[in-house]
Amino acid sequence: MSDSVNSKQEDRRDFLKAGGLVAGITLAPGLLFYGVAQSRAPEEGVSSRQRWGMLIDTTKCADGCNDCVTACNTENGLSGKTGPQDSQWIRKLNVKDLHTGYVQSLPMMCQHCENPPCVDVCPTGASTKRADGIVLVDRHACIGCRYCMMACPYKARSFVHEPLHDQKPDVPRGKGCVESCTFCVQRVDKGEQPACVEACDAKGHKAMVFGDLKDPQSAISRALKSTDSVEVRADLALGTGVRYQGI
Amino acid sequence: MAHEVCVNQGECRTVEFFALLGLGGLLILGAMYAFFTLEHHGHILTGMNNQIVWGLPHVVAVFLIVAASGALNVASIGSVFGKDVYKRRAPLSGMLALALLSGGLGVLVLDLGRPDRLIVAMTRYNFHSIFALNMIFYNGFFAIVGLYLVTLMERKLKYWTRPVGFLAFFWRLGLTTATGSIFGFIVARAGYNSALMAPMFIIMSFAYGLAIFMVVQASMYSWNGLTLDLAIRRRMKKLLAVFVGASLYFTVVFHLTNLYFAKQWDYEQFILLDGGIFTLLFWVGQVFIGAVLPLSLLFINRSQGEHLVSFSVLAPLFVVVGGLCQMYVTIVGGQAFPLTLFPGHEVHSSFYDGVVHAYHPGIYEWLLGLGGVGITFTLTVVAVRVFKFLPQDDFKTVLMRRSTD
Repeated sequence: MSDSVNSKQEDRRDFLKAGGLVAGITLAPGLLFYGVAQSRAPEEGVSSRQRWGMLIDTTKCADGCNDCVTACNTENGLSGKTGPQDSQWIRKLNVKDLHTGYVQSLPMMCQHCENPPCVDVCPTGASTKRADGIVLVDRHACIGCRYCMMACPYKARSFVHEPLHDQKPDVPRGKGCVESCTFCVQRVDKGEQPACVEACDAKGHKAMVFGDLKDPQSAISRALKSTDSVEVRADLALGTGVRYQGI
Repeated sequence: MAHEVCVNQGECRTVEFFALLGLGGLLILGAMYAFFTLEHHGHILTGMNNQIVWGLPHVVAVFLIVAASGALNVASIGSVFGKDVYKRRAPLSGMLALALLSGGLGVLVLDLGRPDRLIVAMTRYNFHSIFALNMIFYNGFFAIVGLYLVTLMERKLKYWTRPVGFLAFFWRLGLTTATGSIFGFIVARAGYNSALMAPMFIIMSFAYGLAIFMVVQASMYSWNGLTLDLAIRRRMKKLLAVFVGASLYFTVVFHLTNLYFAKQWDYEQFILLDGGIFTLLFWVGQVFIGAVLPLSLLFINRSQGEHLVSFSVLAPLFVVVGGLCQMYVTIVGGQAFPLTLFPGHEVHSSFYDGVVHAYHPGIYEWLLGLGGVGITFTLTVVAVRVFKFLPQDDFKTVLMRRSTD
């Protein structure tokens, strides 16, 4: 008698276990996808729920490696020429400490500031910051006054000095307009990484981490939480989206 | 000749007038040639680049714009402060202000990367931008000074002269404050980023505007075979000396302030000691030709008979040359000095970081700059011919003194 009672209780326990497991398996993806659904579908407009940013580890950035620059030029259709009138959206800086002689190499580009001086000074509002923090130039509103180039503390902007040919269809550029790094917005909007980051990873340096600063689980947020990083010209209090570690 | 449009029929000198018109026209044609060439080929043909983004055209443009508000000062002294001698000069002062502003804005517009989008600049305003506020100030200046001229020329409206004159005075102060702030608000560059920029531009505008006014006035008198009354000349010379002295004072304070801040030492060393063309233009152009020389000329004591007219033309001409040098040092020098990305570090890159940037203005920049002067010159030549802008002093006395002073 007692044996049959025990076996019935075990059956019930097994049933509850199995039921719980099935319920878990059924509900878990839904809960998981609920989180994913917070992110933006490609056809949606950008949202301030995200803030794109980049962390650059200068200790991993190799002196002499120019892969991020080359990838940027290829992705955005830049000539790669380095004359004083040529556009350079990203460049490698060699930084030498005058007191200690310590030399570092690091990439410099638009820092996608929270309070961008280029946006403040632009008379027509062509310089603009998207809700997700990416600073762009509206090709149809830029009158080519170059005041934003005067105002940018990072020398991140270039003026197109000559007519352009064979442009990339998703990277509009134009003679007489100012341009700069867009964080490869055409890729980011498709859920991909900027070309420079991809090239750095491909080379195995992994010196650049790109992601959503507002997502606490993103690789960049976790990296920023676990290491010391700084803004370039932090004294200007611009709240840059690009931060550096190791300098 | 009976149908000639000419205020002083006895002194029409039509051939010379058309020669002057031709000269101004040539300068404007040159600017149009440069404009269309750059519009087609891009700024690659200029000496400007991604390091020196504002070059010679901007030097001339900002100088003319600053001088425009200064030229109006003569009218303001008349209408706002009630000085009779200046009241008689108010129409010429107002007209000159409009002509100078037209020339300056003309160059700015012709140098835009996309001048075809001027309509965008006129319809989309970013009110955070001091540049956009400047556009409002410029347009307002045309309207207010235009209205002011109407009140001066139409007897029925003469009671409006004073209030509109007041408005014009405050508007011009605002305009030059905004123009100086174009540079004062640039946080990142060592050569700018100073609250002193706005008041310094105002006092410099007084000097440049009055200097141009005096040259134009002297030319008009000479054209009509007249000599400006000695008392008036003395008065204006003293005023110019005050303005030039005050400009020099601001220049000294600006650099002394910088010398007090260790982070600004490199920039000061660049401008004051080893900046090549910029150091030369600062000391020889801005300080010596633009201030020391005219001040010496203005303060030389002479007996009445020896008081040369040329002194009251030479001194302001030197002020104009010094003013152009000052703008070059401020605008181009401020960009030539490299941006500081990492204080205490030496920086190198393919984008010319950490090096003093070279600038060699090309023919198109010269043509654009001269075109701005051409626009001002042509407008002035036409205006003084078709309107009564010659200051109406006590001519009988002046005519009597024509060859004696």
